[in-house]
Amino acid sequence: MVQERILPQFSSTQVKLSRKEGLTLYEDMVLGRYFEDKCAEMYYRGKMFGFVHLYNGQEAVSSGVIKAMRADDYVCSTYRDHVHALSAGVPAREVMAELFGKATGCSKGRGGSMHLFSAEHNLLGGFAFVAEGIPVATGAAFQSKYRREVLGDASADQVTACFFGDGASNNGQFFECLNMATLWKLPILFVVENNKWAIGMAHDRATSDIEIYRKGPAFGMPGVEVDGMDVLAVWATAQDAIARARAGEGPTLIEALTYRFRGHSLADPDELRSKDEKDHWFAQDPIKRFQTYLIEQNLANQDELKAIDQKIQMRVEEAVKFAEESPDPDPSELYRYVFVDESKS
Amino acid sequence: MAEVLLFNALRDAIDEEMAHDATVLVMGEDVGQYGGSYKVTKGLYEKYGNLRVLDTPIAENSFTGMAVGAAMTGLKPIIEGMNMGFLLLAFNQIANNAGMLPYTSGGNFTMPMVIRGPGGVGRQLGAEHSQRLEAYFQAVPGLKIVACSTPYNAKGLLKSAIRDPNPVLFFEHVLLYNLKEHIPDEDYCLPLNRAEVVHPGKDVTLLTYSRMRHHVLQALKTLTQEGFNPEVIDLISLKPLDFETIGASIRKTHRVIIVEECMRTGGIGAELIASINERFFDELDAPVVRLSSQDIPTPYNGMLESLTIVQPQQIVTAVKEMMALQV
Repeated sequence: MVQERILPQFSSTQVKLSRKEGLTLYEDMVLGRYFEDKCAEMYYRGKMFGFVHLYNGQEAVSSGVIKAMRADDYVCSTYRDHVHALSAGVPAREVMAELFGKATGCSKGRGGSMHLFSAEHNLLGGFAFVAEGIPVATGAAFQSKYRREVLGDASADQVTACFFGDGASNNGQFFECLNMATLWKLPILFVVENNKWAIGMAHDRATSDIEIYRKGPAFGMPGVEVDGMDVLAVWATAQDAIARARAGEGPTLIEALTYRFRGHSLADPDELRSKDEKDHWFAQDPIKRFQTYLIEQNLANQDELKAIDQKIQMRVEEAVKFAEESPDPDPSELYRYVFVDESKS
Repeated sequence: MAEVLLFNALRDAIDEEMAHDATVLVMGEDVGQYGGSYKVTKGLYEKYGNLRVLDTPIAENSFTGMAVGAAMTGLKPIIEGMNMGFLLLAFNQIANNAGMLPYTSGGNFTMPMVIRGPGGVGRQLGAEHSQRLEAYFQAVPGLKIVACSTPYNAKGLLKSAIRDPNPVLFFEHVLLYNLKEHIPDEDYCLPLNRAEVVHPGKDVTLLTYSRMRHHVLQALKTLTQEGFNPEVIDLISLKPLDFETIGASIRKTHRVIIVEECMRTGGIGAELIASINERFFDELDAPVVRLSSQDIPTPYNGMLESLTIVQPQQIVTAVKEMMALQV
């Protein structure tokens, strides 16, 4: 049997969840799951190319954090960014079209899977190199503080959620930004999605202290460990951190213990992870767990959840159709967006 | 017209732009309380406060990345590289993020930021503090690269760089900060994409930038005394290069010598020669010559250091040799 970290206990009685909130979380997780499954299908059918990193298994983290935020808050992601984009409100059709390289994609076909952006939804990216998004997110959080304190904009209380993996937590930018975020009390959540593996490098082979959340207090911020397969636990943890950040009380480091159900990318043979380990985590499927919870709590019944599943399936199908029917970018616009001047002309 | 030192001209540019636009801020090592290692931001901390003149920890990649995030969300950061060489530690943030992100984001985000500071070979500062990063960065799409060389152009160019909606790498030279010049009292900006004809002539076009402009001007004195009449052009904009001004000069002189402080291999001159051959080959009466730094880490020893970079006498010799060619 695999030795796993003991997931922190979370009592759902701590949370007051309305039916509407519950269904929002459920729908968002299902969207993430179906969208990624469809991506795998489209990749193998030769509709999308390059490196495609799927999020299956980690849905509770994206939905739990982002759905606890406001629409005008900022989200910063990694190369495994499709589902963060969806949770942030980027329409599935625009994400799918981007993966197809189409002009209607959220990055106009210039970015691809690892470079999803949406200014409209305050999605800062889509950062393909490990840890490089952390300083950018820190800059967005600095901007909120600057706007409030220097420009005197009292409404500038936006919070930034910065997502990255266990691999990034051994990179200097992680430590440098934890330091600066506390130093300037920035409104930011550092959300580590610890899925145990940085491609083929097991977390415990890469780090001196596997409990990443404990690195928070070393930099003067709370570090919280959360069951990343329990959307309710993530949602409640995020709410606390967001409230602190919005109140000007500074950053929080959240370590969500989670697992990716697929390989690192669709090109990964996934040979190092044991069947035992995978089975252990498959049994924690966050969507199934939340289904059970919603039904037990009488927040929804089986038929209602099925109806949501079907609605989302149709939305994903529609996204594929939209992507397929969308035009490629105009070849005469190859240089567009390199400089602001050119994009205007 | 007040007489102003170059570092003060830069400070005035930043001060004026900060006064006129509250989203402009300065970030970097010792830019605040200390006033900047070359005093370019002296007094601004007192005037604008600790958030607008932000003293950062010594974490180049992270504070540069922070500036990227701030620029994407509507601020206009000016990053000071205490020494431009330190920004090698931020190469990823400058290249992948500042340079490329506006494009990869399909125009979702713009990057109004300036990355400035002292570069070039100083006086026995050793290899790491004697870098010419312009050559390393010229291949990065999405960056504008500017090198100032006088108090007048330093101020006008920096103001334009701050106002530009694109990321601008702005090179100052460690040995030019104390240059003095009378500059206009009124507000002025200079275009970022125009070379400056420093001395009109007809014999040969001398293309140069940054501190080498002054070496060329020293050589010009000797050459003028000896009856030569070269045209001296300060490139100012290293990317994009101003081929309109360069081309007009070549059509007149038909000869080109490049004088640069970056290393020979893969330098600004290398790109210039390739582009001049592509665009103006038929105008040339002689192969383009480049005088560059040696392809070595800048040595500490003063004599070896002076052998590493181009000296005025070499420029004189190169002009004479080119003019002696029978064409």
